[in-house]
Amino acid sequence: MNGLTSSATPPLGPDDHVRGTGEGLVVYADLGCPHCAAAWLEITARPATIAFRHFPVASKHPRSPALHAAVEAAGMQGAFFAMVDSLYADRGHVDDPHLWARVERLGIDLERFEADRRSEAVAARVRRDFESGIRGGVTNTPAIFRS
Amino acid sequence: MIAAGSPAPDFTLRDQDGEDVSLADFKGRKVLLVFYPLDFSPVCSDQLSIYHEVKPELAEKGVEIIGISVDSPWAHKAFQEKLGIDTTLLADFEPKGAVAKAYRSYLDGLGFANRTLVLVDEDGNVAWAYESPSPGEFPGANLIFDALA
Repeated sequence: MNGLTSSATPPLGPDDHVRGTGEGLVVYADLGCPHCAAAWLEITARPATIAFRHFPVASKHPRSPALHAAVEAAGMQGAFFAMVDSLYADRGHVDDPHLWARVERLGIDLERFEADRRSEAVAARVRRDFESGIRGGVTNTPAIFRS
Repeated sequence: MIAAGSPAPDFTLRDQDGEDVSLADFKGRKVLLVFYPLDFSPVCSDQLSIYHEVKPELAEKGVEIIGISVDSPWAHKAFQEKLGIDTTLLADFEPKGAVAKAYRSYLDGLGFANRTLVLVDEDGNVAWAYESPSPGEFPGANLIFDALA
């Protein structure tokens, strides 16, 4: 890999966050992006294998980095898409107390969630997706590729 | 669009804080000039936001990034604050678009610059330049890194 030079978006890998069955779609999305929230309902209604890749743009949506870390941490307890769906379904409640309420509803461990979402591993995982999007020429979200 | 290999035309413009900034200030360093149409437009907001996200990687390559549009320093200040970015924004305000014209980026009839990236090398020459097909789309940050590779 050579920094952020152009490269095709990576094919689906074993540690991608994937749901559904059917044609493969890779979605670069920002959890703070209203367009992504609207599109997410349509995308997930399709009979497709959907991979969610992180593309938080903090300067446009300051809360995005925290939200992407939160879904990644939820994913470590098997609740990645449950948290994504929850955040996109209610964009008006995304502060920390709202995240804790979601954690409780999803039945995942809060203490572990709090540690994981602040970990370097989670930050690196989110950044990895972001960088793959940059290399693939993503300029706005949602950006959808067939895989 | 100005051609690679040309001397980059020097200029002095005011930044978002009203301070004069000249291209000559960057002698000995690489600087990426980002000509864009207008503060607060949706695509310009996306463009400067994405480029802000990769500023650390640009800095690793020894590149400073500077935005230039026909907006005033006051508009630049508000735009910078709205986006929460620290990218220097220069006001090509009076005479309107004179620097964009010198870099052949100005769109006559529209009254602003097209999206044009100009990488100026340490000696003040244009190392690379890229102009978007239209102001409605912006070059991905990957193209900048391709030019630096």
